[in-house]
Amino acid sequence: MSARRLAAEQPASFAFRAEAMPEVERQLAKFPPDRRASAVIPLLWLVQKQEGWVSEPAIRAIADMLGMAKIRVLEVATFYTMFHLEPRGRHHLQVCGTTPCALRGAEALKDVCLRRIGKKFVVRGDGAFSWEEVECLGGCVNAPVVAIDDYYHEDLSPDDLEALIDKLAGGETITPGSARGRQTSAPEGGAETLTDSALYDGSLERPVKLPNRPENA
Amino acid sequence: MLADKDRIFLNLYGAHDWRLAAAKQRGAWNATKDMIDCGRDWIIAQVKESGLRGRGGAGFPTGLKWTFMPKEVKERPHYLVVNADESEPGTCKDRDMLRHDPHLLIEGCLIASFAMQAHTAYIYIRGEYVREREILEQAIQEAYAAKLIGKNNLHGWDFDLHVSHGAGAYICGEETALLESLEGKKGQPRLKPPFPANSGLYGCPTTVNNVESIAVVPTILRRGAKWFAGIGRANNTGTKVFCVSGHVNKPCNVEEAMSIPLKELIETHCGGVRGGWGNLKAVIPGGSSVRLIPAHEAETALMDFDSLSALKSGLGTAAVIVMDQSTDLVRAIARISYFYKHESCGQCTPCREGTGWMWRVLERMARGEADHSEIDLLLDVASQVEGHTICALGDAAAWPVQGLIRHFRHEIEQRIDRYRAAKGVHQVRMVAAE
Repeated sequence: MSARRLAAEQPASFAFRAEAMPEVERQLAKFPPDRRASAVIPLLWLVQKQEGWVSEPAIRAIADMLGMAKIRVLEVATFYTMFHLEPRGRHHLQVCGTTPCALRGAEALKDVCLRRIGKKFVVRGDGAFSWEEVECLGGCVNAPVVAIDDYYHEDLSPDDLEALIDKLAGGETITPGSARGRQTSAPEGGAETLTDSALYDGSLERPVKLPNRPENA
Repeated sequence: MLADKDRIFLNLYGAHDWRLAAAKQRGAWNATKDMIDCGRDWIIAQVKESGLRGRGGAGFPTGLKWTFMPKEVKERPHYLVVNADESEPGTCKDRDMLRHDPHLLIEGCLIASFAMQAHTAYIYIRGEYVREREILEQAIQEAYAAKLIGKNNLHGWDFDLHVSHGAGAYICGEETALLESLEGKKGQPRLKPPFPANSGLYGCPTTVNNVESIAVVPTILRRGAKWFAGIGRANNTGTKVFCVSGHVNKPCNVEEAMSIPLKELIETHCGGVRGGWGNLKAVIPGGSSVRLIPAHEAETALMDFDSLSALKSGLGTAAVIVMDQSTDLVRAIARISYFYKHESCGQCTPCREGTGWMWRVLERMARGEADHSEIDLLLDVASQVEGHTICALGDAAAWPVQGLIRHFRHEIEQRIDRYRAAKGVHQVRMVAAE
């Protein structure tokens, strides 16, 4: 378990901006009308997209929107570790530290973060960066992995990570994916499977007769 | 090696377009209407005959699971929920299906929902998979626009498919915790019974299946149950996407035949163990929750349910974590213990307290700052966590520790001896349950 608390300093209020409302409505529409609580995680997520973190007034506002007890929304906000309960840097790094990434150099990436950004969860003085160590990100064959803001950066060396931090600090955009130029999860140097051109020439689109079809169908 | 023509995920690496037109060219949505026309009994019979076992870790027969749903829909609607909360350390296979072959999953959702008389399905995807969620939602929009799903669709079975997501909680991969989360609560597993097939999402009959289990169904029906059953060996049939990470030369995901020898998997697809096969120390063959196997067992192990359980390990999610001779195994397992400590939902005392206790003791053992008698004590505590919790997270936390002690007890003992020799002490202070 991870014990998480609300931040000591809280804003006075929260409201979704008008441009966020279509997405709020889209999330609500996914669930039966009497099951609005199901949208609590997606809505807290939208709060975080707008504000950068989840404040106590936001928790109250979501509870009111969904007809939930405030304590239930507080429980959700504190249980799920992706919700930031205090402000983060403009760019937030999630460094995967679980065994598959640790076996391929995640420790060195944590050292880069300590040196370039500072302690975990502490926003760097200029407000640009913060970082945390997270549990398995699910990109293990591209270890080590760091999620920067929303997207995964994979196969990272310490130098690669430093370069990404430098780029972001300089206002440049960064491209997610493998730092070693791999085709996603394929082996480095290119896949030796899925090379049969007959799979991609459209022949699989031709009508097929289902095997074992029942007589009367 | 499995022939390319026998692979299901033809865009596993995203080398081609994931969108509808390209997915159709690779065979998706071909003859889907015919499958529906053959009826739900036929579909379920085919899935059973294929021998498909759930791909999320437990390996329960998928077709059989589907038959647990009520035969008739009464006042409560039926639901299909797809578990895309992939978080088992070592595992990243569903990720590729979600972002590169989403239409196979969507087609599978329609067929499975029809077979279980569900008009609505949810795909619950982990919060971190933002890109994957964006692609999946776009693919679903395409399917709606092409009238493949939705009301009055071409297949004659009204069907709505929604994507929801988590926000960082491994436990939500447990099916009842996932349902709690989908209902807008903390992800704390429910007691079973009642099982989801009787009382699942919103108290309605629900089946929860892994992404891969659902995404392979359309191809099984197109190619025939016998085709799928003919790959692998009895009771362990079909193709399987393996994730090989850690100390291999070329880590990768690859779809292979079930029951492929572990050694062949690593040498054919992953460029071999770093430093050669002789440099292998141990393998975790099925994600962090299963017990590791040492190199001499890895030599002959087959990657399937039965072979690995005979070695007191398991196929789990088929996530192979390879560790060479340079690996500090005690530290590697201690890190896994930290994972379970962090991810325990806190509901059951043996797990909440036990995972932290095991981690703290293993951290000391990794330094050597422990007593020989603590190894048996650790084993005892692990065995008391195992089987005494609502869900399997307690078991999953205990097994890696048991595997370490079973095969590498001598390494812990040497570590303790070296620490004492260096410090010139005979006894250390034991601190575990602070």
